[in-house]
Amino acid sequence: MQPEHQRPDGPTPPPTTEPTPPPNQPGPQGRDPQDGPDSRGQRDQQYRQAPVSAPTEGGAQGGGASIHNIGYRSYEGTRLGRGYARRSLFAQSLRGGYGLGRSAKSKVMPMILAAVMCVPALIVVAVAIATSDIVRELSMDYREYATFLAPVIGLYLAAMAPQSVSRDLRFHTVPLYFSRPIERVDYVLAKYAGMASALFVFTAVPLLVLYAGALLAELDFAEQTAAFALGLVSVAVLSLVYAGVGLVVAALTPRRGFGVAAIIAVLTIPYFAVNTVQVIAWDQGATEAVGWLGLASPTSLVAGFTSAFLDGPSSFVDGIEPSTGVGFVYLVVVLALVAGSYAVLMARYRKAGL
Amino acid sequence: MYDPTVARLTYRALLGRRRALILSALPALLLVIAIAVRLLDAADDAVAVQLLSSFALATMVPIIGVIAGTGAIGPEIDDGSIVYLLSKPLKRPTIIVTKLFVAVAVTMAFSGLPILVAGFILVGGSQQIAAAFAIAAIVASIAYSALFLLLGTVTRHAVVFGLVYALLWEALFGSFVDGARTLSVQQWGLAVAERVVGDGVDVTSAVGLTTAAILLAVVTVAGTWYAGQRLKRLALTGEE
Repeated sequence: MQPEHQRPDGPTPPPTTEPTPPPNQPGPQGRDPQDGPDSRGQRDQQYRQAPVSAPTEGGAQGGGASIHNIGYRSYEGTRLGRGYARRSLFAQSLRGGYGLGRSAKSKVMPMILAAVMCVPALIVVAVAIATSDIVRELSMDYREYATFLAPVIGLYLAAMAPQSVSRDLRFHTVPLYFSRPIERVDYVLAKYAGMASALFVFTAVPLLVLYAGALLAELDFAEQTAAFALGLVSVAVLSLVYAGVGLVVAALTPRRGFGVAAIIAVLTIPYFAVNTVQVIAWDQGATEAVGWLGLASPTSLVAGFTSAFLDGPSSFVDGIEPSTGVGFVYLVVVLALVAGSYAVLMARYRKAGL
Repeated sequence: MYDPTVARLTYRALLGRRRALILSALPALLLVIAIAVRLLDAADDAVAVQLLSSFALATMVPIIGVIAGTGAIGPEIDDGSIVYLLSKPLKRPTIIVTKLFVAVAVTMAFSGLPILVAGFILVGGSQQIAAAFAIAAIVASIAYSALFLLLGTVTRHAVVFGLVYALLWEALFGSFVDGARTLSVQQWGLAVAERVVGDGVDVTSAVGLTTAAILLAVVTVAGTWYAGQRLKRLALTGEE
């Protein structure tokens, strides 16, 4: 039911919201959606006339095209604006990270990975409760948990970052987002925040399990709470760094399978390389180099940052921690990585979908 | 059982554009590390084994296998262009076998060769370390390609599942549960390396050579056969 004629003169009607009158009957001028209650009466009148007049006219004149008034109306309610659109996009991205509001199939992967993420925490808790009168601490610290399960977090990011940004690019739906009252910065921020929040939930829930278990086992409250809080800070930093890296890679490689592999490659390969080279450096007695080498992969970067600033145990070879000076380099690199990811995403969406 | 046209198309799909970049980035990184270690004069047999087993064989080979194995068929099924291939008078197992050949060749070229070169850079011909790991990588790449090609026909999330297997099963569970290591392509490859390498070099596999050979053959043949069956009754479905 498309209107078959465009009105030759007068203001162009807003798309799909207004019926176009037949060319020989120019409608009242200035019928914009915002022009107030006065015009509404006029328009309603037209709606009532049109279905009667238009078809008979067309039919009677024999072969002349006719325009049916099917009663489209313009939106008269309040417009919720840019902030609302941004919040919605954020909420949808966060929910999409767990397949909520989507098909059962798309819930499988994130839920399985989230369960895998919690299993070691449950084991640690079970051990802690069973042995609580002998050992007065958890066998795994809150701050080394994420480093230990880095492959699982990497897989989650690899599965979720492409579905968050690649589909929009692949199916050219990005221009539709920008037809709403949001700007490029809103889209990038909402997607970044959504991915980082999904990752934070993913990494913080196991810590919560550990903390609850520690309290159940009646371990020292103050000590556990402090470590838990620092653990949350460390996974927050991890979420920001990972989300940035994952989204940048996903936005640059819109083909699905390829994006997944590329994210895993970017996260895993440098990490394994760093681990291997660190062990070799340590073998050769170059203890100082171990700290510097940790800068070379996202996972060891966050691990080194955690051990340098958040008092966590070091996951590097032989428990070597980065020295204070190198620790500040870690901080700078973390900040640069987050800011850099944001800048690359902003640049990526400058021409998206065109 | 081998169709040159399908092979040519698959080579082009695998090595076209940025895929070739990521494929060659990994071997390049291995070679850079090998050269750096050599220049720092830190290269001895133990270091070479550490680098070649924990980085090259455990990380690089599976990831290249995932990219080549699923990349040989996954994208075509994903975007539906596989129907143009399926509508040609070709037996579907032929398509699978051809694609397997291509995937194995690509995985071998991008993993076996660099490992051989990296091994020679590190320690030369000492104790046949370079040759042993190159052979292990070649053996592993056959099984990985068959496995991941099968995954590509089974699920649309082949890359993720392939990586779950390669990273979680082989790396994470394998380090806790000994049983998991028996069912690990990486260990089968190591079993071969263990046999080739000279005495006094610390290369140990969780499985014996005979078991490894049998499992390798079974996985490759059964995986290829079942992939052919899957392709025979492939249903093209929409996006989720």
